[in-house]
Amino acid sequence: MAVRIQEEMVWQLVTKKISIPFEQKGLIHKQKDIFIAFFRSGILGFGGGPSTIPLVKKEVVDIFKMMNDEEFSDVLSIGNTLPGPIATKMAGYIGYRVGGWLGLINALIATVLPTVVMMIILLASLNEFKDFDFVKGMTNGVVPIVAVMLGVLTWDFLKKSKKILGWKIGSIILIASFVAMILLGIHPGIVIAVLLVLALSLPIKKKEEKE
Amino acid sequence: MVYFQIFLAFFYPGILGYGGGPASIPLIEHEVVDKYDWMTTSEFSEVLALGNALPGPIATKMAGFIGYEVAGIPGALVALLATVGPSLVLMLILLNILYRYRNSPRVKRLSNFVLPAIAILLADMTFDFFNTSYNAIGLITTVLLIVGAYFALEKYKLHPAFVIMAGLVIGGFFL
Repeated sequence: MAVRIQEEMVWQLVTKKISIPFEQKGLIHKQKDIFIAFFRSGILGFGGGPSTIPLVKKEVVDIFKMMNDEEFSDVLSIGNTLPGPIATKMAGYIGYRVGGWLGLINALIATVLPTVVMMIILLASLNEFKDFDFVKGMTNGVVPIVAVMLGVLTWDFLKKSKKILGWKIGSIILIASFVAMILLGIHPGIVIAVLLVLALSLPIKKKEEKE
Repeated sequence: MVYFQIFLAFFYPGILGYGGGPASIPLIEHEVVDKYDWMTTSEFSEVLALGNALPGPIATKMAGFIGYEVAGIPGALVALLATVGPSLVLMLILLNILYRYRNSPRVKRLSNFVLPAIAILLADMTFDFFNTSYNAIGLITTVLLIVGAYFALEKYKLHPAFVIMAGLVIGGFFL
């Protein structure tokens, strides 16, 4: 009986039907996953850093399960309050959290290097690289797809806000953020920073304290 | 000496570029074109055009290429380090502090409070991408691609890689 169960487990591992939880993987497997996750999201992220956000979420949360939803949205919100490119901030931090310093360097290299190398090779080898209509067309084909992915992610966050904060607080913050960021044009970093300060300084209700 | 200049030229845009990579582009242009005279404005915009057409974060593509143009591969590495390093260090420090106090009810509340703001931010980006697409390829094509992508991603649960590749092929040949 025990042998059969073992056999079954081995078979399932081979067919990848169940994969080992990320934390229990060995060093090399972890780093391999980190590299694949950030390589794919970097090389598929047409339209700059922001378009890689839904891709990174897909890889890190859904496919490799390195983090849960909540941890990922923490990374995203802190990342948005700080200056600098969002894709590398996410890659570096997530790499560090799940794979130490090696993970940090690994994730950064996977995000940055392939596209930089492409850029250097294309521009350095082709002096007359002015006619890139085909490449432009390729980007045109991808932009609507990114819009869909961002839209789905937006919907996720709305649902989560309602679930966690409830209708009242959720919609107050939602409307306030909309007015501040979209109508008044206040920088998102500032809006998020204000919310973070509020979350830290407002008094805590007794019910929440018990939890 | 030139490495030090490269470092500074990309350090400022990296640390001042609020709003991610795209926000740092004008700052990079200021350093590269106006301050250090490494490129003309038209050269810069050509590099930017190609950079926008290729995948991946834009700030690091610009930094890597311009660093390479000015001082070879070491130049590219210095420019990348200056772009990525400072903001990443800040991020590590802040998130590590939060992680340490992650069981405090106030810190737990942090991630909840920002959810709606992130939703607005993402909605705004969604709209931006929709708008870019509308301006580039028109309403009907955009809507067709959006509907197709939605079904492929959400209904049939295809990996984004395949959907994006399909978009690349369709775009390359028809758009």
